[in-house]
Amino acid sequence: MTAPDNSSGSNATPRSTREAATLEFRGATKRYPGQEAAAVDGLSLTVPAGEILVLVGPSGCGKTTAMRMVNRMIEITEGDILLDERSVRDRAPAELRREIGYVIQQIGLFPHMTIADNVAVVPRLLGWERDRIDARVKELLELVSLGEGTGERYPSQLSGGQRQRVGVARALAADPPLMLMDEPFGAIDPINRERLQNEFLRLQGELRKTIVFVTHDIDEAIKMGDKIAVLRTGGRLAQYASPAELLMYPADEFIEDFVGADRALKRLALQRVRDIDLWRAATVRVGEPIEEARRKIADADIDMPLLVDEHGRPEGWLSERGMTGERVRAELRSRAEPTVELDDVLRDALADLIESEVHYSPVVDAEGCVAGVLSLEVISQTLQIPPDQVRTGPDLVAPGDEAVAGSEAPSR
Amino acid sequence: MSALALPLAQLEIRSRTGGTCVSEDGFCPGWIVDNLDRYVQPLLEHIYLTVISVAVGFAISFALALLAHRSGWLTAPVTALTSVLYTIPSIALFLILVPVTGLTALTAIIALVAYTQVFLFRNIINGLVNVPEETKDAARGMGLTDRQVLWRVEMPLAVPEILAGLRIATTSTVNLATLAFFAGAGGLGAQIFQDITFRSNVVVAGGLAILLAALFDLIFLGGQRVATPWRRAAAT
Ligand SMILES: Nc1ncnc2c1ncn2[C@@H]1O[C@H](COP(=O)(O)OP(=O)(O)OP(=O)(O)O)[C@@H](O)[C@H]1O
Ligand SMILES: [Mg+2]
Repeated sequence: MTAPDNSSGSNATPRSTREAATLEFRGATKRYPGQEAAAVDGLSLTVPAGEILVLVGPSGCGKTTAMRMVNRMIEITEGDILLDERSVRDRAPAELRREIGYVIQQIGLFPHMTIADNVAVVPRLLGWERDRIDARVKELLELVSLGEGTGERYPSQLSGGQRQRVGVARALAADPPLMLMDEPFGAIDPINRERLQNEFLRLQGELRKTIVFVTHDIDEAIKMGDKIAVLRTGGRLAQYASPAELLMYPADEFIEDFVGADRALKRLALQRVRDIDLWRAATVRVGEPIEEARRKIADADIDMPLLVDEHGRPEGWLSERGMTGERVRAELRSRAEPTVELDDVLRDALADLIESEVHYSPVVDAEGCVAGVLSLEVISQTLQIPPDQVRTGPDLVAPGDEAVAGSEAPSR
Repeated sequence: MSALALPLAQLEIRSRTGGTCVSEDGFCPGWIVDNLDRYVQPLLEHIYLTVISVAVGFAISFALALLAHRSGWLTAPVTALTSVLYTIPSIALFLILVPVTGLTALTAIIALVAYTQVFLFRNIINGLVNVPEETKDAARGMGLTDRQVLWRVEMPLAVPEILAGLRIATTSTVNLATLAFFAGAGGLGAQIFQDITFRSNVVVAGGLAILLAALFDLIFLGGQRVATPWRRAAAT
């Protein structure tokens, strides 16, 4: 790696050079031999290139079957699946699978191969040159945050979380335009699962692969999915929508149940503090005439005046004694803690309130100036707003007409 | 080859010379040192019988196991057949074969090969079957063809069990080959029974058989360590 020549060496190898693929299920159906009912029944949906489709639903609803039809690990009975508009049925299975990353819950690392050899399996099948394989392996192990020297070890010498990282690296080895992941983090303890999810989302932000992600955990689905397809028993699509749409416009009772009684709370994860109507605060400054302060209090939604500094930044809640005499005095009943920011996710803001054991707290803008007051009442009112009137952060959910349309399974 | 075909008729106690220790059938180090060379030929015959039988037995059981692994249904009948073969008393089997193949090494080898099957077939098929389902699933899902799955994943992972089968089969063959002289195939057994009352003779010939078994075992153990570095890694 001494030569800075960028036509060779790992530094010149881009992490992803291949365009993500579009994936389309077109009435894909699977009937296992000897079974009356279909395991997957007429599944139709399109996954745009670079997006994560989460397949979610109760156990046995056909998630794994739907996923495995894509790389022909399970043969399609009826209908079709198209990868970049080309039917997977027209492709030789082994050749097709080398183009599709494959991660399963049990990981399935090869115990007799070192980590480096595990990652190198598909590049070797594809006949890459040695130098290219070595560089790619090194790059991928770095990408999934596995340290130097991991490559020479055997799977039995790694922890569960490390193995799953290797599983992801191995699936990414040949830079596939599509990845299939069947409950990839299902066997990992909650703390490590959360870490792996976050790492994976960061990775996906960089790689922009098209991904089919199977889980039975609705929270994981909401977190990971660009789009979520909820399947019901019998392999029928119950709803295909973005996470926010799913929470706000559950298509029917089944979805409502599946999403959970706490879907309102989950919804809070999709809104920011700036998206809701805050209480107006009575912001007063030291030395301000008392009458003026009283007028502000009368106008505000909360009768507790909030003392701010000359820039409008909150100092604390003013006590009764601060309001005695001619002018406002710096007598605080309590400091202005916690302080919530307009950009905070509503769920996190609520958690802050609860943790600090307060009913309300000042909200500040990017400059730190008071923008209003967030209270438990405000949040509970927000939760009572009918879904179609909810305002959500544009980055957390894509609002608009398609939200309503999306609440129904697309009919094709 | 004629040396291997020692007819049963020649099994008679030879006269031996020596002091009182020898004439009293005792354990005589002096006699052993002077007469070591008479054990070379039987030892070579024994090694020959063992190596050929295990090698041929392995080739046959390997082919059968591959067939059974692919077909699925063949496993049970082949396993049953090998167990039945194993229950036939060895001397009986040698004697059954003599009218067909004569008093030759071939007779002994056929019988010895038959006895290896029970260990070899069972262990090879178990080794293949015990490869975790998810490992095979991952291999196929990544685009390995069935043949690549077999040779790059299943077979390497079956190596420990296959070598374990070879170890048992070899030990058992060294053991059974001591009876090969019934088929006229010589070996250390012939040497033992030639002068079974003479303690020195029995100790040397029997000891050589035990040493031979131990030596083969060591070789396979070493092979196992070399061929399965991942197993040692797991232990650390
Ligand atoms: N190889 C098979 N042969 C016959 N039936 C099968 C087979 N695989 C799955 N099924 C059946 O098809 C249905 C869907 O199975 P599938 O594994 O796709 O469900 P899943 O949604 O992935 O469930 P889980 O969450 O438990 O993994 C189930 O009723 C299952 O029993
Ligand atoms: Mg499943």
